[in-house]
Amino acid sequence: MSTVRYQNRFMATALLGASVLVILTILAIVSFVGRQGLLTFRDVSWQEFFLSPHWNPTNGQYGALVFILGSLGVTFLALLFGTPLGLAAAIYMAKIANAPMRDLLRTATDLFVGIPSVVYGWIGLTVLVPALQRWTGTSGFGLLPAALVLGIMILPTLVSISEDALRALPVSLEEASLALGATRWQTIWEVLLPAARPGILTAVVLAMARAIGETMAVQMLIGNTPQFPQSLVTPTSALTSEIVVEMANTPFGSTWNNALFLMALVLLLISLALILIIRLISRGRLT
Amino acid sequence: MSAKRADRVATAVLTLAALSLIIILAWFLLYVLVRGLPVLNWQFLTSPPRELEAGGGVGPQLFNSFYLLFLSLLFSLPVGLGTGIYLAEYARPSRLTDLVRLSVESLATVPSIVLGLFGMIIFVNFFGLGFTILGGALTLALLNLPLLVRVTEEALRAVPQSYREASLALGATQWQTIRRVVIPAALPGILTGITLTAGRALGETAVLIYTAGTSASRSLFNFDLFNSGETLAVHLWYVRAEGLVPDAARIADGAAALLIIAVLFFNLFLGVPTRLLHRRLTGGQSR
Repeated sequence: MSTVRYQNRFMATALLGASVLVILTILAIVSFVGRQGLLTFRDVSWQEFFLSPHWNPTNGQYGALVFILGSLGVTFLALLFGTPLGLAAAIYMAKIANAPMRDLLRTATDLFVGIPSVVYGWIGLTVLVPALQRWTGTSGFGLLPAALVLGIMILPTLVSISEDALRALPVSLEEASLALGATRWQTIWEVLLPAARPGILTAVVLAMARAIGETMAVQMLIGNTPQFPQSLVTPTSALTSEIVVEMANTPFGSTWNNALFLMALVLLLISLALILIIRLISRGRLT
Repeated sequence: MSAKRADRVATAVLTLAALSLIIILAWFLLYVLVRGLPVLNWQFLTSPPRELEAGGGVGPQLFNSFYLLFLSLLFSLPVGLGTGIYLAEYARPSRLTDLVRLSVESLATVPSIVLGLFGMIIFVNFFGLGFTILGGALTLALLNLPLLVRVTEEALRAVPQSYREASLALGATQWQTIRRVVIPAALPGILTGITLTAGRALGETAVLIYTAGTSASRSLFNFDLFNSGETLAVHLWYVRAEGLVPDAARIADGAAALLIIAVLFFNLFLGVPTRLLHRRLTGGQSR
């Protein structure tokens, strides 16, 4: 067999090998983090972990409810802040902006993605937290500063995917609507947005995945106190931030340490569930 | 409200949303640079950090950031590009292809702290290495991987089918076609993708805290793969969250400015030229 043909065969196999390696990687992540996390249940009941708000590992209390609700709460608030702005900017980019303006906005979203999450956290820490301290007379840490910063961090996801969805629509839809005498806004609201709904939903779900997994900015702003928040500016905690704060203080293999891995497993399973939801959306099962 | 009036109001609101995106970004960049640039000088960039007294620099962290980035790309490029090429050129609709795609999507949404914990189980505990640059780089490679796969696949798919047909008709094998025809044509897109990936990896923190660690070598250039290697982004978090130095605020300001400069460099000075190259090579059809 000639070298060229041999090379051709070899590369086909090697490239397949690379792809299989990606499959093995995600399986390894799920199984290693999963195994370590599930060890928690040797010492802690699942009812306690998922339903008890009392987290005090030194006294053997491993209730993670505060962190689970904290993660969900901060994600929900971030979507509440980010989605209207992101969607509006996406509509502007797809249907109103001229080419230079669109390029500018695209560069802006690329830069938003590029800014490290610690820098977002640091901006929140030096600007938002002191401002909230002055306005509310509290410590300034809590769900609100974390969610505001997260709301900005998820903008690029929301903008780029919604914009793609809007631009991917057939021009005939728009032309038909305009030909019937509809204004641009009527066309956008009555025709284009409903038609782009699967894509926009995908953008929101991906933004949700980004928000719930975000660690550094949340850790720097949420206050890291295992308690139910009385208000939006009371220190509380989330799954990601609790892992970062406590991982260094716990010996590997202890129940405390395993419980942190269990939190990581919860995050992992939520992210994987969101991916499956996106798949269902793109197959038209959920819209 | 008449339809025309509603249209004008909507246009104004959407434009305002897009503009506010740009204003927020510009304000972020200016804020970080105005605070941080005065801190930057040769001494800050080259001297090692101090634990307890003021006046430390970020020299080793700066080096570690680029060293870890380089290593992580070294590890992730073969697998990332390989999988991207496989998906674009070889994969036929099948169970396996579907599984590869699902794995790439899942890997892309795994929260970075979960990747960090996975790296910690494998490198710190299983192999017993402790916090090392090698472990950090390999874990960071997992973060790069899905991005690289996606940009490679997209760039290759954008190459017209006629290129492949012409090459195959001349008697070239599939791999010759990919290597000599498809990859050169897709190169600008791939390069842009690698730049964006690199920019993101440079600012990553959560992956590295528990794999590469939060302490850096005393000397400026330490290539030892088995040393712990705190990066600039991790340092920014560490001095604000756990550090004891009295001038933590100054160091954080400087580190944040450096990270933003790196992001701007990767996006504007490396990203824009490749985008222009892309436009020239593809005759102006942008993505």
